[in-house]
Amino acid sequence: MHDIIKRFYIGTPNELQILNGITLDVRKGEFLSIVGASGSGKSTLMNIIGALDRPTEGVYELDGVRVDQAKDEQLSQIRNKKIGFVFQTFNLIPRTSALKNVELPMLYANVPPSQRTRRAKELLDMVEMGDRISHMPSELSGGQKQRVAIARAMANDPAILLADEPTGALDSKTGRLVMDLFHTLNKEQGKTIVLITHNYKLATETDRIITISDGRIVPNGEGSVD
Amino acid sequence: MSGMWENVLLALNGLRANKMRALLTMLGIIIGIGSVIGIMCVGGAVTGSVTDSMSSLGVNNVTVVVQQRMSEIDNMMTMEVPGEGDLITTEMLDAMRAEVEGVDNYSVSETTGSGKAKDGRKYANVSVTGTSEAYLDANNIELLTGRYLNEKDLQGRKYVAVVSDFLVSKMFPGMSEKEVLGEEVKVSLNDDIVNFTIVGVYKNVDSPYAMMMSSASENDKRTALYIPVTTSQRITGSEGGYQSVTVTTDIGKDSVAIADDIQKFLNRYYENNTHFQVYAVSMESMVSQMTSMLDTVSIAISVIAGISLLVGGIGVMNIMLVSVTERTREIGTRKALGAPNRAIRVQFVVEAMIICLIGGVIGIILGTVLGYTASNFLGFPSFPSVGSIALAVGFSMAIGLFFGYYPANKAANLDPIEALRYE
Repeated sequence: MHDIIKRFYIGTPNELQILNGITLDVRKGEFLSIVGASGSGKSTLMNIIGALDRPTEGVYELDGVRVDQAKDEQLSQIRNKKIGFVFQTFNLIPRTSALKNVELPMLYANVPPSQRTRRAKELLDMVEMGDRISHMPSELSGGQKQRVAIARAMANDPAILLADEPTGALDSKTGRLVMDLFHTLNKEQGKTIVLITHNYKLATETDRIITISDGRIVPNGEGSVD
Repeated sequence: MSGMWENVLLALNGLRANKMRALLTMLGIIIGIGSVIGIMCVGGAVTGSVTDSMSSLGVNNVTVVVQQRMSEIDNMMTMEVPGEGDLITTEMLDAMRAEVEGVDNYSVSETTGSGKAKDGRKYANVSVTGTSEAYLDANNIELLTGRYLNEKDLQGRKYVAVVSDFLVSKMFPGMSEKEVLGEEVKVSLNDDIVNFTIVGVYKNVDSPYAMMMSSASENDKRTALYIPVTTSQRITGSEGGYQSVTVTTDIGKDSVAIADDIQKFLNRYYENNTHFQVYAVSMESMVSQMTSMLDTVSIAISVIAGISLLVGGIGVMNIMLVSVTERTREIGTRKALGAPNRAIRVQFVVEAMIICLIGGVIGIILGTVLGYTASNFLGFPSFPSVGSIALAVGFSMAIGLFFGYYPANKAANLDPIEALRYE
């Protein structure tokens, strides 16, 4: 399978219908951004893309797997193997070294310890944090933390990197470095990246922009509305 | 589970970051386990010392006492002291020795009084006890030199005495025990000065109780000075008989059954006595009674210790719930990274078990130290058995498992989205 296809046909019949039917295809190797004001349903969409939640209705297929039909245990496997999360607040595990943080997804994937450590070191080298592997998160700057978090997101070589406001907590200079890192991963490794942001300027750097408003994709460009 | 070791390290890490909290959480477990282990030590020591001191008096002994009839006690609600005519006489005892099968001898004793042996500036505190010939065997007294009181001393109401080696060292410094035989010792007793000729020296053994009860220093301690019971009766003016008699039975015979026979035999003399009767109790049944009583006490204290363990366990559960709340974001992150619910549950259960295990180990060390010190003081130093240590370790881990499961399960079932959003 060459193309990763995602489709959302979502209708939430509760009092709050956050996503009013969204259809979206993301191709492999694409660098896509999803923008929207707060309350637009952007976060809900991200949770569904990230397999943290299932759509109430509709079909979501990720790398050949029907996420919308997965059980809880399968969802955690999907998150583990196919999705790499990068959070606004980094969310590194406190009192745990950079190396151990990067190893964590591999630990949950039952990768043998020696292989785990080797891969984690490679990844930290890749994000230019190779000389800080034994540092604790509290000993790292924001930009350094985010680079460790990106290394961690890459640990199990996921189908997509899902970045939620990755530069939101950083100054513009370090934010630039993080964005450059995403571009590098996208161009050199062909990594599929979904960037969620409310910063339209940042979104313009990406291949395609999807704008969400009131739980719908605003028809500008390649996004389409049901 | 491949990540078990990681979980243990993680738990230790977490505890190190919150040392004070960890210690306070462990306190309940430490106290609970520590007191169980300590009680086991002390209980063992007390049982040991009681059994030992009782069997040193001879397990084949039967104690015979004149006491108010049980029905009398119920009716009158007061205790009466037996009068002259109610006491056991030498004639009764001689008849008993001759007729009841299994009786070896009898030993009578009466307290003459407490006094002081004096010679110039030298002195030694003594408790003067009137005894008969068989007293030596009945009480397992070890004679170092000379002889014990004999039939002739008793019949002749002689002023002879068997003294302790302690008294010899105090009153006759520099003299050997052999050399003091035949020497006189002056004892001030009930405002009188009485002279006794030393005929034997026994080895003084400090009883653990006497040591605990008396505040006297080693130098002032009181040792027994044995004189013929007949001589004692002359000094105190009590002639009638004995309220309490120790009967030695033939070794290898059932002393419990013999005690029954003795009681039946002697009570024939008391058929017409409405107030008093004779009770005979074998030392063997007293030892077993005492042991079972001590067991009951141990069980009662263990129950209390169990309650403190329960409280400790609840404390662990409480702090684990706090920990889960505090680390909600971390749990959310772990779930986003693909941790299955099972992994989160195991992580927190392991953490609770580690807390309890460390608390348990500290408790074992503390309990052993306290128990050893206390039992050493009782004269029977004892350590907890390997079995009880293993039990304590296992039990503390079980507490961790039991009280850690609920918070761990709560953590495992957190919704990752909610958890990630938690501030």
